[in-house]
Amino acid sequence: MSINNLYSQKVLEHFQHPHNMGVIKNPSGVGRVGNPVCGDLMELQIKIEKNPSADGGKDIIADAKFQTFGCGAAIATSSIMTDLIIGKTLEEAQTITNQAVIKALGGLPPVKRHCSVLAEEALAKALADYISKK
Amino acid sequence: MKVYLDYAATSPVKKEVLDAMLPFLTSGFGNPSSIHEWGRIARSAIDESRQSVAKFLNCEPSEIIFTSGGTESDNLAISGLISKQFSKPHIITSAIEHHAVLNACKYLEKNNLAEVTYLKLNRDGIIDITDVKKAIKENTILVSIMYVNNEIGTVQPIREIGKMIERINELRMQNAELKTKNSKILNSELSNSKIYFHTDAVQATEYQNMNVEYLHVDMLTISGHKIGTPKGIGALYVKKGTPLMAMMHGGEQENGKRAGTENVAGIVGLAKAIDLIRIKNHELRITELRDYFINKIIKEIPATELNGSREFRSPNNVNIYFQYVEGESVLLNLDLVGIAASTGSACASSSLEPSHVITAVYHDAERAHGSIRFTLGHETTKKEIDYTVSQLKTIIRRLRKISPLKAKMDDESPK
Repeated sequence: MSINNLYSQKVLEHFQHPHNMGVIKNPSGVGRVGNPVCGDLMELQIKIEKNPSADGGKDIIADAKFQTFGCGAAIATSSIMTDLIIGKTLEEAQTITNQAVIKALGGLPPVKRHCSVLAEEALAKALADYISKK
Repeated sequence: MKVYLDYAATSPVKKEVLDAMLPFLTSGFGNPSSIHEWGRIARSAIDESRQSVAKFLNCEPSEIIFTSGGTESDNLAISGLISKQFSKPHIITSAIEHHAVLNACKYLEKNNLAEVTYLKLNRDGIIDITDVKKAIKENTILVSIMYVNNEIGTVQPIREIGKMIERINELRMQNAELKTKNSKILNSELSNSKIYFHTDAVQATEYQNMNVEYLHVDMLTISGHKIGTPKGIGALYVKKGTPLMAMMHGGEQENGKRAGTENVAGIVGLAKAIDLIRIKNHELRITELRDYFINKIIKEIPATELNGSREFRSPNNVNIYFQYVEGESVLLNLDLVGIAASTGSACASSSLEPSHVITAVYHDAERAHGSIRFTLGHETTKKEIDYTVSQLKTIIRRLRKISPLKAKMDDESPK
């Protein structure tokens, strides 16, 4: 029986070869959510820069990195979240919901949906952290 | 390479067991309650099987009730025990019991049918006999303590607890006599009702002493599929005179204690699996392999700890706490390289609750999330263990790299 009965191919890809794993030197914002006692802890770091080429020079998320203690779904949602936000303006990033994360991963088992909520919360917290420090 | 290290979850059906069962699924299909030859063949197969199981447990054949498995046996022992004396009897059990025992107790508690004490464990996952003794009250009618824990493999002092309960029962009987002679003597600690002792021996059957007289138990649960039968067969030993009421109502099968047409092939298979344990014991080889496995992990992977007592431990159980990683992601990685194990992490359970066993022993949910159980079987080889440890090294290193907790680690090089 294929493991895809448990997780989609996309989830497994991100789980085995996560994108943007690690930390950023002098991040503009940090969002740490979850708790190891609950079984998942996610830390998302973002680097905000003025977009040099774009019209009006809007702030964009130039880089994002994550570190996660958690199950396969928690690692995959963190990884895909970094993919979804890099290059986005702050306004665009703020509209990314957990549903977008689930969609980008080709679905999540119902019992793992909360991992996508965690990723959404990590992003919100990182953005709030940046805005509060500005 | 495919490596199955989850024998405590279930085991493959042994060839000898299947061979013994097959005739009762085909030509010998009769209903044991029928008078005709087909029925008589099935009846005699059950009789022989019952004798065989009784011999193994050192009890009378009439003291064996065949059930559908461990869960049913545990439920029957706990919910079926009758107390004529107390409207709300007291039960003592431990915090690390299997859910079949724990939830049966919680059901009685919730419905106001019993009060329950859940005993704590020491740091090694072992129950202190004096704690059991101290918990006994006037209305205590049952103590239910598992023989071998299914998660951390700890072996409980069943014989010592059994003997202690027996002494208290003797005192209670003496006291009852005194009470009838002199009504002024009253001791709230010593009522005149007997305390019965049940043990869930599902994980103990293969490697522990299963002599019920030696153990001083009144009831004992066994399950077939942990020792090489198909799923769906088990037994409950019930000592003669134990006031047990049926939970399943219907025909008069199993001496009126368990209605329903007998699982003839299953019963024959259970007896065969038990015969095989009597003939050939793999204890020494498995114990050596277990110790080799534990030592290799602890030596080669930093920040790891064994869960449960090293001394009082089942020969087939290895349960390791890998710090800074979460169990489901470890299992998933192991699965991707063909290795089967299990975890106490909430993220791998449908209830999203971490292992009640590890949290009860170590009071640390994080430890439960990072713990992996490997259980060995007859077919496990040293080569499989070597492969598993080498894969684990890579997996744990990789997951710690992703984990924000690993910053706490002073040194990532092998210790």
